[in-house]
Amino acid sequence: MQRESARFRVVINIGGLATGFVGTDLAIAQSLERRYHGYLASPLAPATCEFTVVRATARVEGDNAGVEITHHDGRWFIRRGSLSAEYDPVAARGSAHLDDRPYDIDSLLRIVHTLLLAREGGFLLHAASAVRDGHALVFAGASGAGKTTICRLAPPDAVLLTDEISYLRPTAYGYTAFGTPFTGELGIPGMPISAPVRAVYLLAHGDRTRIEPMRPAEAVRSVLRHVLFFATEPESVQAVLNAVCQFTRSTPVYRLEFRPEPDVWERI
Amino acid sequence: MDPVYIARHPAAAWRRLEDEVIVISASDSSLFTLNEVAAEIWECADGRTPLAEIVAQHIVTRYDVGFDEAYSDARELVEQLAGKGILIVSGEPITGGDGR
Repeated sequence: MQRESARFRVVINIGGLATGFVGTDLAIAQSLERRYHGYLASPLAPATCEFTVVRATARVEGDNAGVEITHHDGRWFIRRGSLSAEYDPVAARGSAHLDDRPYDIDSLLRIVHTLLLAREGGFLLHAASAVRDGHALVFAGASGAGKTTICRLAPPDAVLLTDEISYLRPTAYGYTAFGTPFTGELGIPGMPISAPVRAVYLLAHGDRTRIEPMRPAEAVRSVLRHVLFFATEPESVQAVLNAVCQFTRSTPVYRLEFRPEPDVWERI
Repeated sequence: MDPVYIARHPAAAWRRLEDEVIVISASDSSLFTLNEVAAEIWECADGRTPLAEIVAQHIVTRYDVGFDEAYSDARELVEQLAGKGILIVSGEPITGGDGR
């Protein structure tokens, strides 16, 4: 007699979009629950999209493997290292072969959220963000530009949303930044809260603190350089470009050169 | 002069911002910024209007430049953009551009 394996369902809610994972490999369930502790919804909660997950047979060490995303027959196909997934956006269902280590699940979540957000005028940005005085401040920059430094210099009343990947989407309050579990050098997940965005700062190290507003075209170009782009279908790429244009029309964008001293937070 | 037709590639996402046009290639996410003159040519790239007509009507009449110089620069530009995969260049009218 064949015994049916126990099934799990884990729902991870990031940015108001819930992603469900179902499967029978309890090591994957435990890994999801441990890593996304602050972002778990009830296992019975409805999900925006749902993946059936099984353990990948191939394992790739490190997380530097390139992402390959293709789109045909109305489905997305995602490959990155040991992660292999496909997703049907009409049915909002997919399947994934992945490892129980953080790289694969993080990759899948980032990619899926990027694709889902594009339809809603939102996007993920290589940026730290924090809430202070009821508004979010977003600090964008490449590795080494100062995202971790600005987070370390944050005053006690600032609440970290992320030190690595900012989650931005339009809501009734305008563009809103949401906390994410995606961590960078700081290694601390953001708080699962949200706030309307007050400003974006493009970071650069300098010998003194200097803040300059960017004109609209420059702001769009600068923000675009830090957007996480995974889509290759023209409609999604156009949607992301439109979203960034909309975002920069409603949100001031500044170039921020700063010395790594706490008073930078008082200047912004 | 043999006619040259140009059309925006359907895999190119783009927006006008002030006097520039920003283009993203969907195939590799490359980002391009076209200046004022290049933006004029880009917006006229409908696959049906010959490049010479675009230059004569939109460049020579608006900018202080002769036709021959403007056309030569335009030919160089469109070949560059075609090399980047965001513009289609042909000796025949083009169907299947982005059609905007």
